[in-house]
Amino acid sequence: MAARAIWKGQLKLGTTRVPVKLYSAVQDRTVRFHVLDDRQKKRVKQHMIDPDSGDEVPTEEIQKGYEIEPGRYVILTAEELEKLQPPASRDIEIVEFVPQTKISQQWYERPYYLGPDGDEKDYFALVDALQNKESEGIANWVMRNKYYSGALRAVDDYLFLFTLRDANEVILADELTKPSGAAPTQKELAMAKQLVDMLQGEFNPKEYKDEYRERVMEFIEKKAKGHAPRLKAVKAKPKTTALDSVLAKSIESLRKKEKRAA
Amino acid sequence: MEAEEENAGGRPFWSGTLTFGLVSVPVSLFPAQRSTRTSLRMLGPDGQPLARKYFAEKTGKDLDADEVVRGYEINKEKFVIVTDEELERLAPEKTRDIDLKQFVPADSIPPIYFERGYFLTPAAGSQKAYKLLAETMEKSGLAGIATFVMRGKEYLVAIFSEKGILRAETMRFADELRSPSDIGLPKKKEAPKATLHKFEKLISTRSKKQFSPSKLEDKQTESLLKLVKKKQANRANVVKVEEEGDKDHKVVDLVQILKKSLGARK
Repeated sequence: MAARAIWKGQLKLGTTRVPVKLYSAVQDRTVRFHVLDDRQKKRVKQHMIDPDSGDEVPTEEIQKGYEIEPGRYVILTAEELEKLQPPASRDIEIVEFVPQTKISQQWYERPYYLGPDGDEKDYFALVDALQNKESEGIANWVMRNKYYSGALRAVDDYLFLFTLRDANEVILADELTKPSGAAPTQKELAMAKQLVDMLQGEFNPKEYKDEYRERVMEFIEKKAKGHAPRLKAVKAKPKTTALDSVLAKSIESLRKKEKRAA
Repeated sequence: MEAEEENAGGRPFWSGTLTFGLVSVPVSLFPAQRSTRTSLRMLGPDGQPLARKYFAEKTGKDLDADEVVRGYEINKEKFVIVTDEELERLAPEKTRDIDLKQFVPADSIPPIYFERGYFLTPAAGSQKAYKLLAETMEKSGLAGIATFVMRGKEYLVAIFSEKGILRAETMRFADELRSPSDIGLPKKKEAPKATLHKFEKLISTRSKKQFSPSKLEDKQTESLLKLVKKKQANRANVVKVEEEGDKDHKVVDLVQILKKSLGARK
């Protein structure tokens, strides 16, 4: 069954506009639990309380505050906050393009598919152009009363719009310092390289399954029928020895595996 | 069971073992994002910070953390209770380590997979093994792939090495991503040459060599901070609350914590 678009807009490159529909590219498969009241085994609700008195504070009495320093808040009224909302717009403004490898993984937040809305010629021409140029667009737009920044990319035959994190949100390695301590020896580096090379391959996402999710669901189903299996406690395990001997053993055991496979 | 980004007191998000081959590197994980400062706090009529609290709908009684349980809805309003201990025990021992079973070219992973970043810092005594892995991966341009269970959830991660520091990016599993046919997108059509050239030209004239994060506008924060500044000038708009005993409520400087965990000398 076809998915429903969550939003409609238009990609704006200079004076050229490409109408698009936006769809979520993610389907969350996390096992969802509810919070229940231990006694009644019923779903609970939430409200806001004054932690000192323990009394409930009704919604109409709640104010919103921005903390300027610990314990000091500037009160912002609902009216003021509403005025901060961006003006409604359907434009996904593409401000510039960068080579595809230039945005570090750290920036990407959430992917959305863009599908053509009406005219398909421009849509697929843009897909091909982005791929031929190995480029990615930097985008700003307003959706549902919120500002977003993101990246426009062509993957296979379709356009993706990613939301990106805010400029001040991401901590870059540049801001940090290299770990201290002794450096590995040339021999250790040579062995580690050999080990990593033996484990090198191509990224194939289908190889990885969320087995834990399956275990949890299986357990829930058994428990629902009244026969939950007894689960063993977890033991802590002992830890390791000298780096070079461990590296040598690792390489050897991988070699044996390869031989057996051959 | 959402992973929470709380970092009260600078404790690591997770501590465990990173392994490659038979080499194990005890590490800690810290978020690679600052929580954005623009979140507003809910305050009472006198400006006192409020707390969120669970309550039983039927009786109206407030519930403490030990008075609630986790339930999976198996049928409408019928729940199976699952305890923390059960979730913990459901993870086999070998799944608790980040075991790098495969290395792939670091720039070969499509960005649709990436979810959230964490820096890895070496535990005391494991600096050498940490550096060995970081240097080896960075020199060969590889990322390590692993799955592991943390806090009641299995994660697929890619470990990257940059400037001598290891970073984990959690990734979505393949079955968490929809395909174009799931969505019902139309089959690709050949675009007219003239249209293609028009777009290629549009891209060329707007191309930059590097990505500059400053191009990511954050008008939301900008306009909020402007308003705050304006209001702050009038003292009547500012409330001050004594927060006794609220020691957890400290502003944590994540970069300082990371530097300390990486072993920077003071």
